[in-house]
Amino acid sequence: MSRPPVLIPHAPGTNRDTEAALAVAAAGGDPQIVPVGDLRPAAFSDYAAVLLPGGFSYGDALGAGGRLALELRAWFGLELREFARSGKPILGICNGFQALAKSGLLGPRSFTLAANAGGRFECRWVTLRVEPGCRSGWLGRLGGSTIRCPVAHGEGRLAVSDPGVVAELEQARRIAFRYLASGSTGGVADVAAGAYPANPNGSVNDIAGMCDPTGAVVGLMPHPEDHIVDWQRPSGPPGSRGSALFEAFVAAAR
Amino acid sequence: MKVRGAESRRAPALEDPGADESRRAARIQVRSAGHPEERRIPEAAAQLGVTGLSDCRFWTVYHLEGLLSEADVARLCAEVLVDPVTDEVVVGLPDTTAQVVEVAPLAGVTDGAARELERAAAVLELPPLRAATARRYELAGDLDEADIGILMARLLANPTIERSHSGELAPSFSPTWGAAPAALPVELTGLDDGQLAELSRQRMLSLDVIEMQAIQTHFVSCGRDPTDAELETLAQAWSEHCVHKTFKARITLSHTRADGRLEVSHHDGLLNALRRATAELEADWLRSVFVDNAGIVAFDDDLDLAVKVETHNHPSALEPFGGANTGVGGVVRDILGVSARPIACTDVLCFGPEDLDEADLPAGVLHPRRIRDGVVAGIGDYGNKLGLPTVNGAVLYEPGYVGNPLVFCGALGLLPAGSHPTAPRAGDRIIVIGGRTGRDGIGGATFSSAGLDAAVVGRAGSAVQIGDPIVEKGCIEVIERARDRGLYHAITDCGAGGLSSAVGEMGADLGAEVDLATVPLKYPGLQPWEIWLSEAQERMVLAVPEDGVAPLRTLCQTWDVELSDIGSFTSSGRLVVRHGACDAIDLPMELLHDGLPRQELAATHSDPIAAPGRGCPPPVIDGAELLLELLAHPNVASRESIVRSYDHEVRGGTVVRPFTGPSADGPTDAAVLKPLGTWHHDRAVALAVGINPRIGVLDPWAMALYAIDEAFRNLTAVGADPDRVALLDNFCWGDPTKPDRLGSLVRAVQGCVEGARRYRAPFVSGKDSLYNEFDGRAVLATLLISAVGIVPDLHRVATSALTTAGSDLWLVGQGSGSLGGSLVADLLGLDDARVPAPVSDPLPRYRAVHDLIGRGLVSAAHDVSDGGIAVALAEMAIGGQLGLTATIPHAVNDVTDPGDLDEALVETAGNGYEASAAPDRLGMIAALANEAPGRLVLETPFAARGAVAERLGPLGRRIGTVTGTGEIEVRVAAGGADPLSGFQPRIESRTGSSLERGGNGGRVAGDLRDGSVPPTGDPNRVTVSVETARRAFGCQERL
Repeated sequence: MSRPPVLIPHAPGTNRDTEAALAVAAAGGDPQIVPVGDLRPAAFSDYAAVLLPGGFSYGDALGAGGRLALELRAWFGLELREFARSGKPILGICNGFQALAKSGLLGPRSFTLAANAGGRFECRWVTLRVEPGCRSGWLGRLGGSTIRCPVAHGEGRLAVSDPGVVAELEQARRIAFRYLASGSTGGVADVAAGAYPANPNGSVNDIAGMCDPTGAVVGLMPHPEDHIVDWQRPSGPPGSRGSALFEAFVAAAR
Repeated sequence: MKVRGAESRRAPALEDPGADESRRAARIQVRSAGHPEERRIPEAAAQLGVTGLSDCRFWTVYHLEGLLSEADVARLCAEVLVDPVTDEVVVGLPDTTAQVVEVAPLAGVTDGAARELERAAAVLELPPLRAATARRYELAGDLDEADIGILMARLLANPTIERSHSGELAPSFSPTWGAAPAALPVELTGLDDGQLAELSRQRMLSLDVIEMQAIQTHFVSCGRDPTDAELETLAQAWSEHCVHKTFKARITLSHTRADGRLEVSHHDGLLNALRRATAELEADWLRSVFVDNAGIVAFDDDLDLAVKVETHNHPSALEPFGGANTGVGGVVRDILGVSARPIACTDVLCFGPEDLDEADLPAGVLHPRRIRDGVVAGIGDYGNKLGLPTVNGAVLYEPGYVGNPLVFCGALGLLPAGSHPTAPRAGDRIIVIGGRTGRDGIGGATFSSAGLDAAVVGRAGSAVQIGDPIVEKGCIEVIERARDRGLYHAITDCGAGGLSSAVGEMGADLGAEVDLATVPLKYPGLQPWEIWLSEAQERMVLAVPEDGVAPLRTLCQTWDVELSDIGSFTSSGRLVVRHGACDAIDLPMELLHDGLPRQELAATHSDPIAAPGRGCPPPVIDGAELLLELLAHPNVASRESIVRSYDHEVRGGTVVRPFTGPSADGPTDAAVLKPLGTWHHDRAVALAVGINPRIGVLDPWAMALYAIDEAFRNLTAVGADPDRVALLDNFCWGDPTKPDRLGSLVRAVQGCVEGARRYRAPFVSGKDSLYNEFDGRAVLATLLISAVGIVPDLHRVATSALTTAGSDLWLVGQGSGSLGGSLVADLLGLDDARVPAPVSDPLPRYRAVHDLIGRGLVSAAHDVSDGGIAVALAEMAIGGQLGLTATIPHAVNDVTDPGDLDEALVETAGNGYEASAAPDRLGMIAALANEAPGRLVLETPFAARGAVAERLGPLGRRIGTVTGTGEIEVRVAAGGADPLSGFQPRIESRTGSSLERGGNGGRVAGDLRDGSVPPTGDPNRVTVSVETARRAFGCQERL
């Protein structure tokens, strides 16, 4: 089968690009890391998917992902929107999620990623559920499954402008991932319910990831690319690897 | 859409735009709802005794200046500065009735947000602007002027890098102009010794009279005085920091042994001794040791590992965040300096007590808590932003670190074997990549070669810097690719001594010509000597052949890294530096590198007199209470709150991480990493440390052996091969010109040399940081041993968390009745000068454990260190969320190895406590909490009992069982007798060890029956629930 080319833009300060590329390659994709400085709008048509990896783009000096969001909007906004419209998948992880959210590519800015409730950077393994009702087509067949993987961020608290927004997002089936209580199997009642550290950052309604109104653009704070083989797992039974997410992502790019 | 080249995204040029009437200044404040700082400040204020602060509003202030319209400002706010979901914004001044404190970086201090804002304006194609940022605190409540003063001084600002003001602060944009360059002569001719010393002191040269005379003599022979740049260059090149004169000096040691004998010995260089110890081992897996920025050892057939550990003590004492931040940056550049890709970081931190009374804080010293919080944030900030996992380390709290905290930063790198070029050639261009040069860090090398006191603290501001990890990250990307394409002949980092040191060392055998006018500056106005000596961060220097410059420039553009070509290497043997038309330096290279007079130093040391514990009976303490107190001790308790603020997962190769067990709250002994790019085989690398400063107070020689042993225990416990361990040393001592400091340093080096022999482990790199003194008091002399090991199979590792009820527990090695230097002696105020004997033949036990792990027979392993076996067992139970029952040996006395009489540390008979009123109590305490080296606890499956017993033989004994009861039950075998007499041959005598003499052999697999456990209430029995232990240990809330 062909290996669909996956664009992985690298901004100064991006740092989980290599792992993301490894995960994409393991899932059958052809990852291509391209420095943002070398990226041209016309080049987007050469790719079947875009993955914005984790890191600290531009040092997050103007808020996590803020400057990269500006560049995505100012330089590649048209291309990225067209990309999503044509159903090609776009995935943002951690800093990539923050940049997507702040660029507006995940929909109007009714939610954001703010400083962790704990007030500092936090690195730990969490359990995620792919929300069964999520509208994202390419995530669809993963609905209800769990992923165990680490978070590593200082600004990962999903916050909304007013409480009604969560209901709206829920209604629009745009919530893609939730933090679960540890050891749970993905049942509806197994969410972290706001409790630290299962919900590591105080995200509203345990939301760990979102999709845009088309479902093509997906972002999440945790790092599924850091759990693609069993030995990466710190403890617990095998399974719940992040590889499934990348397989779905690459499949959608074919 | 406009298509941009990389150049267009750079910061606007620094020329003064001139006084233009249409320029406008704007002040923008942004506040984020629920920002954690608004909770932190009142809490921290209360800790400082300012209880009247009821509410804090925290704003980020952005000052802009440029040809901006109101619409431009609004656009910047909407597009960049303000998050519409969480932020409120005020353009102009916010209205408030609260008291206002504003804090801004001093001119020239890195202001990353301002720089990014300038660049963001360029992305938006706004007119060029200048930006500056500040923090604004609106403080409400019952606060008087004194309160505000305390908050400003101790919480909100650090005058070393920031200015603060009660009220609004005017912005300080980077300066846009400065004085014309000049190199001024410094009059040396005719100065007498007193005047030379005074000149050295005044200019903070840290040179002694003999060294000043050598410089004077040279310039007299030239018939002129040196320029300021020449004098500063020599001071840097000859500084302790750059040239390690103490470690190269000839030393005479007068050593008083415990029995009163005086031995006088002569030492021809401490560094030589370490090198010889390494060379004697003839390890064929060493690639480059002691000669470059980092040590290099083989990893697999194709790749090598580069390792380095550095200290950044003085800067961290003054500006904890920036000091630690740039400490990480510096050690990562050392890895880049051997052409390796950095893949991991470590950190070992030594602070004063967390609960130190503010009243006991010496003038000019920051509180240990503040230092710790700043250091931890600084390390996390840099490592996390570089995308490097910070995977291993230690945190110590001791009174000896109050005035002089220690910050050790380590880094590991990976490079293809043989890929690091080290031979610059005449004609090569001198290329600088990375950060711009500013006045920051002027004199860091000489500053770190002098003691601290309140006056130095006041003067040394420019020696401390704030890092910019994103610039360094760019350098990492560029250097890896430039190396693979063979674009350079040599590379080094720009660290202490700046360009002076980097160019001077690289061109030592050639000669170099530099034009400082080509060095990109953060702001104009630097004098030639300042540019030359600046220790501005994130710069690397490369020797690049002519035809490599263009491809390197292209690489740099791609990765958004600035490159400048500042001169060339020559064959003149001279260092010639000018700034445009202004000549600054013309020195023979040999003066820089060979002109330093070799020091002759005197050292004294007295071994502790091994008196038995005197007077001071042990307090009445229940075993359970003792265990809980030890678990809660700051030097034992969980490090989660610190370690989780470091990314230990990035790069996806962390096999053994800092925590283990179902809830990831048991502490592990070492990190195991599987580097990216090596996934085609199963080999992995392990990192560990050993550090025992309390032992060093009594015996620095033993401290070295202890630290090496601890590193070995830690590595072995996770599955590393004890026959493939590389060691790194870091010595942090006081003023070596004082004979007692130097004497203890010599003893520690001797211990290292002995350790290399006993453990057959070479030293591959090291660093000494001397002059760690505050107000004439030396730091707690501290040797850090870092170790790098090879794990043959990443699937065959162990961690400390117990896994299975019904499994066996084994103790490898034996304890000691000596408590000198132990945590429990410190905790209970026991007076014991006797240190447990270092292990004389350590490798057999570690090989045995490694073998068992390799055969898959070990389900958990943990080293016994601070707090002794009771703590080790409790940590295993906490991590595993399982109970255990164990019968541990009564403390036995140390055995002197007949082959090691000369270095014996302890007397051979009597535990010294016979006269004590409570021998049983002391015996119990010693059994539970002695810290004799060489011990590990293993969990092995019941079914493997025979195989384990056979392999361990006399090296270990079975001590108990893992249970599902949720209780930690530890019984000390009854008073004085051998603990395991019920199921193994009896111990021969109080002074002998049945273990080392082969008493029990494989027969230890007898019975450990429940019936043998004495009833509850036995003073020698500890029963604590795992949950209680967890709480004492301070685990974060469980999921």
